[in-house]
Amino acid sequence: MTNASIAQAKRWYWQRISAMVLALCVLVHLAVMIYAVRGGLSAAEILGRTQGSWAFGAFYAVFVVACAVHVPVGLANIAREWWGVGARPALWGARLFGLILLLTGLRAVWAVVVPGGVAA
Amino acid sequence: MAPMQASSPTSTASETSLKVAVWRGRTDGAFSHYEVPRQASQTVLDVITFIQRRLEPSLGYRYACRVGMCGSCAMTVNGKARWTCRTHVAKVVDAHGAIEVAPLANLPVIKDLVTDMTVFFDKWAAAKGQFKGATTRNDDFAQVAPASPAREAANAGIECIGCAVCYASCDVVGWQPDYLGPAALNRAWTLVNDVRDVQQRERLRAVAGDAGCHSCHTQGSCTEHCPKHLTPTLSIAGLKRVVGKAAIRGQL
Repeated sequence: MTNASIAQAKRWYWQRISAMVLALCVLVHLAVMIYAVRGGLSAAEILGRTQGSWAFGAFYAVFVVACAVHVPVGLANIAREWWGVGARPALWGARLFGLILLLTGLRAVWAVVVPGGVAA
Repeated sequence: MAPMQASSPTSTASETSLKVAVWRGRTDGAFSHYEVPRQASQTVLDVITFIQRRLEPSLGYRYACRVGMCGSCAMTVNGKARWTCRTHVAKVVDAHGAIEVAPLANLPVIKDLVTDMTVFFDKWAAAKGQFKGATTRNDDFAQVAPASPAREAANAGIECIGCAVCYASCDVVGWQPDYLGPAALNRAWTLVNDVRDVQQRERLRAVAGDAGCHSCHTQGSCTEHCPKHLTPTLSIAGLKRVVGKAAIRGQL
């Protein structure tokens, strides 16, 4: 069998691994959100907690990276199976989308964690 | 024992006759409509046979054993793939006394209710569905403990008779014509668990990737519709695990 199918098998594996990471991240994210919004929450309060917090930064950076690994694999499958896109264009289109997710996601993490990173 | 009365709450609209829509033609074709006498313990295969012998001699359909052993009479009955010989009319007839019979989906139609199963069986071969041992008749028997996990995994899928009901029920086959499909992958899984087989690496390569086990979305239509109550979904999940690990470890 071809190297392509071995690469496809590896992509499937990475999708599953990243799904496990995402499952944990989503649970933590929801729990923190529910805990944090008790009694109302403003942007300033959020930034007060996240700015300078490397724990928040590391957690959401992992979240973003897991998304950027997970999403392109599934998106390429959807493009191939439902939209009839060829295997190669589907893969590269999905990778580009993953790259956009990675850059915009990490930028957002930077914005809320680094003091003065981006205006709130 | 008295014969089972072939009636059900849903068939009260017509106790004496059935309205049967049967696919005629190839991929391009249309349903023809027939009126068939209702009988006790009548199967869908009985209905098709009545039509072919009494009403439409040119109707093409396929069957052999009539008792659920050969797997050759599978057709689409009211939109679902089934063995027609083991499907009682009483279970599928609608409130108006009507049933619809079409050829299996996902396979080319040769004529009427007969599909060309070449691709289906070619995929079994492509998935390395053949056993290959290393011993000769001069060697002693291989000893495989019946309770070993590998033997039990093989046992779970070994009773497949190749009727293609799972293949016709699989959405992924419809989306990706080169996908090997549940039956071929289930067969491969039984051999992956056969400790005597010597082409394990080739088989894992054959079932890897988007034409193989990794395209399965675990929707479970194959398992839902399998007349033998096998679980190809579980077999494919097993293949995914084994192939995924081998790919990561560079063993493919």
